[in-house]
Amino acid sequence: MPSTIDTYFEKLERTRMWRSIFRSGRGSSTLHNALAIQQNVFLHLFPTKVRKRMVGLGATWYLGTLTLGTFLLLVITGILLMLYYHPSVPQAYSDVKDLRFVVSSGLFLRNLHRWAAHAMVFLAFAHMFRVFYRGAYRAPREFNWVVGVVLLLVTLLLSYTGYLLPWDQLAYWAITVGTNISSAVPLIGDKIHFLLLGGNQVNANALLRFYVLHCVILPLTAVVFLAVHFWRIRKDGGLYVRESEPGTASAQPQPASEERK
Amino acid sequence: MTPPKDFTATVGSDMRVSQKRVLFVTRRTSPQVKAYDEERVQTFPEVLIRALLAIECMVIALVLMSLFFNAPLEGIANPTNTPNPAKAPWYFLGLQEMLHYFPPVVAGVLIPGLLIIALIVIPYFDINVEAEGFFLKDRQQRLRLSMIVAGALTIFLWFFDVYVALGPTVLVAGLMLLAAFSTADSPNRFRRYLALRPISWWIMTWFLFELIVLTAVGTYFRGPGWSWVWPWRS
Repeated sequence: MPSTIDTYFEKLERTRMWRSIFRSGRGSSTLHNALAIQQNVFLHLFPTKVRKRMVGLGATWYLGTLTLGTFLLLVITGILLMLYYHPSVPQAYSDVKDLRFVVSSGLFLRNLHRWAAHAMVFLAFAHMFRVFYRGAYRAPREFNWVVGVVLLLVTLLLSYTGYLLPWDQLAYWAITVGTNISSAVPLIGDKIHFLLLGGNQVNANALLRFYVLHCVILPLTAVVFLAVHFWRIRKDGGLYVRESEPGTASAQPQPASEERK
Repeated sequence: MTPPKDFTATVGSDMRVSQKRVLFVTRRTSPQVKAYDEERVQTFPEVLIRALLAIECMVIALVLMSLFFNAPLEGIANPTNTPNPAKAPWYFLGLQEMLHYFPPVVAGVLIPGLLIIALIVIPYFDINVEAEGFFLKDRQQRLRLSMIVAGALTIFLWFFDVYVALGPTVLVAGLMLLAAFSTADSPNRFRRYLALRPISWWIMTWFLFELIVLTAVGTYFRGPGWSWVWPWRS
């Protein structure tokens, strides 16, 4: 009964409670749709209107959107995984084993977190190359490209710090190989290595440090830079369009009245 | 839009007159504003719904993957038992492959450091903003220059036995050669495409090819002692 649901929804929208929460008011006019974006603390990062030809799949392949999607999925599954995990040796390993064999859907949860993490790294790279080949990094979008590079590094670090947490052979030696590289930095290499691991080799201190980085510091950093990244899209004039591409008025001169149907 | 309030806002007499900015635009320097008449859609609901649908499709794909493939879990970490080979996560295997050839200072610090700097400064290089085809101007000179660079790179990689990285280098050099002898109105679509590629495109494409090849080699073709193995023979 769609009409009944509509009526209920309309009633809900009229309540004092609803109106106190959503500032955009009710209605589905162009103005209200614009206000729904502009008057919302999260959505106001985005522009209220988007060029129609940038909405199709062909322009962006939705790579940035999908990267955000994997991030959200990772936050949700990550929080659920945190409920079953202690960052200590050897408890960490048995917790991950319990996730696999004891916890209901634990195996599925860990699988989803793992594959989404790989997907996020891949999508972030793909997004970067796509932006480059479209030339969307050029002025005035230079700084947003730099923010994107920072986000790529944060993504890699997030994935890398998460790699140690299961505390199995794969994790231990991957991190040993990786962190040994930091010792190669001239002059301060050994200090960096010690700071990263909280010791001279991968041990319980390293696990705790990587856990804090993985669950607190890096996600917060990512959220801050994501906010800037999205906000800059709007501030820099929306998604990049090439003038040579079909769709601009210069390429297809049309009377304005005909274009608005 | 806004619900009726039970108070009225009035403008008090102490309100100061706000200043006005007066802008003079002389005829000679008046900016030309190009106005495009282009169709736009509302972000809410049209774009948001599409974004949600795209994310949903991806989540479904990941859920299916998680149902059929399990995340790896090996024995508990054992510092006394080094697996051979000990591999980093896949996205670092290109770097690990480099570590096989060069000292850690070069492969682990210099190369990634330079890469990050290079990525950051890309938009700040204002050369060739129009993105013209690299070989459309000064063809002879530019061809000679690019072949010298490609040749030097090849010899360098050969000298350090980095045969793996030679493939993409030679491939890109070959494509550049083809581009130099193609024109923007070539009958062949691929050659027309190559002829119009700017210099930044060539560098990034070389980087992309190297990234793919090195990562693939590190993932599938490296066995004990980082020796070459064929993945289908194990």
